[in-house]
Amino acid sequence: MTVTPETTAPILSIRDLSVSFLGARNSWTSVIEGLSFDISPGETVALVGESGSGKSVTSLSVMGLLDPATSRVEGEIRLAGHDVLKLDEAGMIRHIRGQAAAMIFQEPMTSLHPIYRVGDQIIEALTSHHPMPKAEARKQAIALLERVRIPNAARRMDDYPHAFSGGMRQRVMIAMALASRPKLLIADEPTTALDVTVQGEILDLLKDLQAEYGMAMLFITHDMGVVAEMADRTVVMLRGRSVEQGPTAEIFAAPREPYTKALLASVPVLGSMTGKPAPLRFPLVDMSSGIAGAALPLQSSPDMRAPILDVQNLVTRFDMRGGLFNRRVAQIHAVENVSFRIFPGETLSLVGESGCGKSTTGKSIIRLNNRSTGSVKMGGDELFALRPEAMRLRRREIQMIPQDPLASMNPRMTVGDALVEPFTEHRMGSATDARAKAARLMEQVGLTRAMLERYPHEFSGGQRQRVCIARALMLDPKLIIADESVSALDVSVKAQVVNLLLDIQDRLGIAFLFISHDIAVVERVSHRIAVMYMGEIVEIGPRAEIMERPRHAYTRQLIGAVTVPDPGRRHLRRNQQVKELKTPIRPLDFKPPARRYEEVSPGHLVMLEN
Amino acid sequence: MIAAILKRLLRMVVVMFGISVITFLIFFATPASDPAARIAGRNAAQETIEAVRKDFGLDRPLYVQYGLMMEKLFITRDLTSFANRGQQIVPTVMAAAPATLSLVSGAAILWMLGGILTGITAAAFRGRWPDKILMGISMMAVAMPVFWVGEMVNLVTQNRLHDTWAFSWVPALGYTPFSQDPGLWFRSMVFPWLTLAFLYIGLYGRMLRTGIIETYQEDFIRTARAKGLTGRKVLLKHATRSAIIPIVIMFGMDFGVLVGGAAVLTEVVFGINGVGRLTYQALKVLDLPMIMATVLYASFFVVVANAVVDLLCLLIDPRMRRA
Repeated sequence: MTVTPETTAPILSIRDLSVSFLGARNSWTSVIEGLSFDISPGETVALVGESGSGKSVTSLSVMGLLDPATSRVEGEIRLAGHDVLKLDEAGMIRHIRGQAAAMIFQEPMTSLHPIYRVGDQIIEALTSHHPMPKAEARKQAIALLERVRIPNAARRMDDYPHAFSGGMRQRVMIAMALASRPKLLIADEPTTALDVTVQGEILDLLKDLQAEYGMAMLFITHDMGVVAEMADRTVVMLRGRSVEQGPTAEIFAAPREPYTKALLASVPVLGSMTGKPAPLRFPLVDMSSGIAGAALPLQSSPDMRAPILDVQNLVTRFDMRGGLFNRRVAQIHAVENVSFRIFPGETLSLVGESGCGKSTTGKSIIRLNNRSTGSVKMGGDELFALRPEAMRLRRREIQMIPQDPLASMNPRMTVGDALVEPFTEHRMGSATDARAKAARLMEQVGLTRAMLERYPHEFSGGQRQRVCIARALMLDPKLIIADESVSALDVSVKAQVVNLLLDIQDRLGIAFLFISHDIAVVERVSHRIAVMYMGEIVEIGPRAEIMERPRHAYTRQLIGAVTVPDPGRRHLRRNQQVKELKTPIRPLDFKPPARRYEEVSPGHLVMLEN
Repeated sequence: MIAAILKRLLRMVVVMFGISVITFLIFFATPASDPAARIAGRNAAQETIEAVRKDFGLDRPLYVQYGLMMEKLFITRDLTSFANRGQQIVPTVMAAAPATLSLVSGAAILWMLGGILTGITAAAFRGRWPDKILMGISMMAVAMPVFWVGEMVNLVTQNRLHDTWAFSWVPALGYTPFSQDPGLWFRSMVFPWLTLAFLYIGLYGRMLRTGIIETYQEDFIRTARAKGLTGRKVLLKHATRSAIIPIVIMFGMDFGVLVGGAAVLTEVVFGINGVGRLTYQALKVLDLPMIMATVLYASFFVVVANAVVDLLCLLIDPRMRRA
């Protein structure tokens, strides 16, 4: 539904909003400065920007959810006729929160109260403003759950949040937000924590509900693909200021400001690799002009003679225990009969949704869990047969770059010590050698040697990931397992780190096992791609084959669900059926079916349906 | 459900068996603990001691002695003391148990109510003066030794101000069974209860306050506020219920340990002949049967209290019901 902003009064009007936070030593730091924008009834406005740009703070200011003791909000926020900043707490509760405006959040896993039934949480939202009999509230809550397309709504009312998947929990959150029939729905990164196929479902749902309820939406996201698909108008934010705002189509077609151009140029776009033979770096964007340079392809090509890693029939199963004597009652078939090879200088990507076994595969290879069977060969050695000490030496050749760099570093160790530790542990040289190498690597990953003396918390997210890359390189590995290594990074930083990984591959000929759910990035970096579903590889083959001629239904669904920064998709509906992602929990006597693969073109294998 | 109860019972038996064996072995490893010499009395002739040793079966292998003791304790229930000849162990412990139970249960009610009230109030007024005053008092309560507080209470209520209107109702020190005179029982227990509860109110209040404040950082509290719930509802229904779980778990431990005899200081100060005091006296004279009985009695209560707490936690937090 399109409403022209000129003819109706805006439902939300923000004028000159400034927010500052109380920092250390009683100093106020400004986080938002002079922000103004309007949202008309029924309109969707996206606030887009990288982390720290003040998007979420804006939404929390509208709801009055910032702690008054540590934050100062100035300017004017008018929401549905109320001057929000002049209302007291009681006024906010009476008129704004769960009344004129409702909000959904990024983390559906933690945003619902874990110890109340979902039905009761929705009923609470219904009755807190409009007292009604219990039976009536229950009926309305069931209707809301049906509205957000939760199967068996009436029965699931009495389930607790932990019995729902992430996507289902986000639906519950949406149902709760709709309870008050809000005029404005604020969605703060509502799909960021969800899998692509689930993200598609939730975006579809939000579009449908917006049409049904005629509500305005303030959509906060860092994902340009989501912006293009959802927003009528877009406000681009940078360090607490609005850089550019206007109709989404115009912003995407002709961005005026350098930052907007840079942001758009950094977005990995699915399908941009068609016809490109080698992995491609992201174009370097000049932040002052916003002009993108040329994208350099990977120079070296993999050496396809002998594999560096040969995984055959890898199986990892975890026990589920229960009952009187804590016996095994079932098994989770986390990785089932997975086989692949990686060649020197090659990048093989494992893609799939959360719980599909891609991370477990990475961990099983280097024996980080001892529950795996099968064969993993590296340089003639069977890794699963090595003695612990021999395995320890082998680990030198396989390094990992983690998803969360901060969590993977000891906060009480300087970065320099963290880099030197594995080098001296493997007795690769003297302490002076180690320091010299650490300093050289810091420069190679785009940091300075002076930073070796710093602690992990003194770095930004992107810098920390660079440190982790330097740490992995300290041992001259032949293979790097990158487990969602760029997923948590902002778009522009993500582009830089991906380029760095490709630089390293070019220079050192390292092979990568790139584990990711981000298919647009995977398309950019991979030579070959393996698609995993419920612990099994359903399709594996050269990148161009998988992306351009996917054969397996799941691969198609996965690629189709990716958002594309193209405002032409504004009215797209995927119309997927709602389903919950299953976990491969099997009874103890379960015999996995024998799978057969068809080679549809050289190296492109597709699992056949049994 | 039945499986869960059976599992707990089994675990209880294992724990109590382990404790009894350890107690038994430690006793025989203790120097100068020869029970025969104790039973025979001071300056007994060597022949007398040997005769006693044979009489009481103390010359038989340890595992036989252990088995005999367990049989006398649990089956024939006629185990007698090594120190006080003829004193029957089981009736003595059974007589001491009600005193300890009255003391600890009453105090537990007080400290749970007081602790929760303190914690919630302090968290609600976080950083302002009610919080500061409550936390100051709590710190004092935790810091002051219970026997000192007890003696001070006695000094005021039994001595200095005993003859004024305020404290003339306080009976003399000692325990009166409930069955004998409920009124007197209650009046004699008021100050022991308050004294024992004081420490725990401080401890629990501080813990609950921290828990509630931490819970306020959770995403689901933000959701509750965004729904438009009143501050009171957010505090009581959403924050406190999550924060109370560690308190309940700690309560189980503390209650079990106190009923088992850890309230000995309070018992001694207020002249209550409870289990704690019994254990202490048995330890002084190295009276193995009495030590064994009180230790097993204590471990029983700790295990039972823990099982009850586990069940309570299942009621409070549905996530624990999985598996």
